Amino acid sequence: MQTKDINENIAWAKINADVLRSMENPRKGYWIAVGACLLMIACAVMAEIYQYQVGMGPSNLNWPHMWDLYIATFVFWIGMSHSGTLLSAILHIIGADWRKPIYRFAEAMTTFSLLTAGLFPIIHLGRVWNMYWVLPYVSDRGIWPNFRSPLVWDAFAITTYLTSSALFLFIGMIPDLAICRDNARGWRQKLYTVLSLGWQGDDRQWRHFRKIYMLMACFLIPLAVSVHSIVSADFAMSIMPGWHVTTFPPYFVAGALYSGCAAIITLFILLRYFFRFDEYMTIPILEKTCKLTFAIAMVWTYLNLIEFASTWYSHDPVAKELLWAKFTGPYAPFFWMMLFCGSVVPFALAFEKMRRHLPTMFVVSLLLNLGMWLERWMIVTPTLSLSHSPFAWDVMWPSMVQWAIVFGSFGWFGLLFLIFVKVFPSVSMYEVKEMVFHRRRHAPSEETAQKLHRRADDPKPGAQPSTEGA
Amino acid sequence: MSLKNLLNDWSHYRKGIEDGGFYEYEHMWGMVVDLNKCTGCNACSVSCYSENNLAVVGKDRMMKGQGLHWLRLERYWDEPDMGGDDKEFQERGGSFLPMMCQQCNAATCEVVCPVAATYHTPDGLNAQIYNRCIGSRYCSNNCPYRLRYFNFYSYYEESWPEPLNQQLNPDLSVRDKGVMEKCTFCIQRIRTGKDKAAREGREVRDGDVVTACAQSCPTQAITFGDLLDKDAQVTKLWKSHQVELGKTKQNKSDEDLRGYRVLEGLNTDPCVMYLDRVREV
Repeated sequence: MQTKDINENIAWAKINADVLRSMENPRKGYWIAVGACLLMIACAVMAEIYQYQVGMGPSNLNWPHMWDLYIATFVFWIGMSHSGTLLSAILHIIGADWRKPIYRFAEAMTTFSLLTAGLFPIIHLGRVWNMYWVLPYVSDRGIWPNFRSPLVWDAFAITTYLTSSALFLFIGMIPDLAICRDNARGWRQKLYTVLSLGWQGDDRQWRHFRKIYMLMACFLIPLAVSVHSIVSADFAMSIMPGWHVTTFPPYFVAGALYSGCAAIITLFILLRYFFRFDEYMTIPILEKTCKLTFAIAMVWTYLNLIEFASTWYSHDPVAKELLWAKFTGPYAPFFWMMLFCGSVVPFALAFEKMRRHLPTMFVVSLLLNLGMWLERWMIVTPTLSLSHSPFAWDVMWPSMVQWAIVFGSFGWFGLLFLIFVKVFPSVSMYEVKEMVFHRRRHAPSEETAQKLHRRADDPKPGAQPSTEGA
Repeated sequence: MSLKNLLNDWSHYRKGIEDGGFYEYEHMWGMVVDLNKCTGCNACSVSCYSENNLAVVGKDRMMKGQGLHWLRLERYWDEPDMGGDDKEFQERGGSFLPMMCQQCNAATCEVVCPVAATYHTPDGLNAQIYNRCIGSRYCSNNCPYRLRYFNFYSYYEESWPEPLNQQLNPDLSVRDKGVMEKCTFCIQRIRTGKDKAAREGREVRDGDVVTACAQSCPTQAITFGDLLDKDAQVTKLWKSHQVELGKTKQNKSDEDLRGYRVLEGLNTDPCVMYLDRVREV
């Protein structure tokens, strides 16, 4: 049984070779996946064109169901974006080095899920062509957005988060891009030459790099927490029962980390399988991610119970009726499914045997994310179906137009991710080397020590690993 | 903004300037609906359709909940399915509640609009700017009365085929798809009334402005007027039933005090007062 996070005898040239290999020569399966994603996107584009031409009617949205899957899926994708920050910023600051082989793709996931999430508030607008009105641009007529509206805060929060996380992803990639530059030919070489910003790996550059990386990490953590708190404000700031809940900001943040971690497990297993990253994305690292997911799942469950209890004991008749309707009403099957996937399924993560079994983990992580998607839907829809005015009670099921756009968003995310893994290194080469280096230093066996001693190319203890000879 | 401002009760900013508030109200248009007089005939709703160019969306879309009825007549009775006895309905029929935009002074829809397409006018009205609306539909979600309706389609050609387009009211626009709309208290009539008064060089008097619903109600259940005007019929009715703006609960000590505002406990401060229906015991 493998217990070490990473084999510390792994040669550095091998790390480079393995990661660079993953970026080359896409096989047949890759193109099939790209084709499938393009088809999914085509579904969504057709649905959106139809909706743009005709109006919001074909989506089955109605009075009082003014929001539905679009907003739910928007929250879902925003939530998914929190995983990258968790891995690259929070775990970086607390010095958990097992994150190093897996943080790169998680961070890419952050950026791409934000790019996906950002589409939904636009798609759901009745007059899409005027979407830029939510931004505070300087208008000749002196018209500003309404700064009291949580939707405007959303626009600020998401654009800030997208810029920062994309920047963070890029900065963290610079040393790796330099390795790519040194090993590439043709258009790739040109691209990496520009992107690596003249990285030579000298001491001064590394010192600056460390500083800015830490600074960005410190900046991103509060930003990530505030982004999902602001998204929760879309609901919590309203006066609707079921939305007007004080615990929503932490609840949303917990849910976000939860779905993000589940998505990391999914992509971890896929990348490990398809790119044969067995030596970097090891079982012990998966186990650690699973434990983290389990802890977050329990926090999420706890916040759920808190919400039920505080609604129940508040004796607000409308909120109480809504809660009861969630458990027994027309949307109850989905609500119970959400509770099952979100609170019962994660117990699979508590068993070592399950955690180490990849197919099981793959299915479990998909189920967790299904639960989290349902959670968002169960936040948006039951409240609208049952509000203060009994005359406006209504049950609505989304139409194919909505489903097609939601379906297509997964294709869009998948396509971006597929392009990423072939253009950029999806495992951080320099950080894996760092990790290996530290493991060698801290727990060298006699045999390893011998090998260490014999290797002349290796940096001396205390020195930073360089990309030279990569 | 000083600390004192932050700690203050912000509700006073909603009030008129004479109460230390932010708004310089010229008028405060309000309404009284006497449910004792309401027969549920729907004439108000029909007149609203013709006055305000409301699209007739057809049965299917109405069933789907995509209709636009600024003034809707809510019908209530004891549901035998839901544990009520059917007795009241069998003996006396249902109860009716005509619901139009309540023109809340602390409107929940105004705060949440990202582009400030809905705002409070110096007339005390909750105005909707169609040209500014981008259709995020947050306002409708945050309206506890659910009195905001959305144009899910473009209705112009279907709803008013030739020669029906000749019946459109030229005083206001026909809304296109993707725009939120709601009762405006017949703002075009308010404008006309104010213009007329200005031409004649006088203040707006009670009776200068009558909304379409109030005008067409056969039993005159609806009274419309300016709550700031001491002599207006509405002001007198509000006073006689001891209903006041800015409160979340009204005086109900006497059974003659029939006035209430719908969901006023939510502190939305609506400008429409309903007079409770009195049934024989």
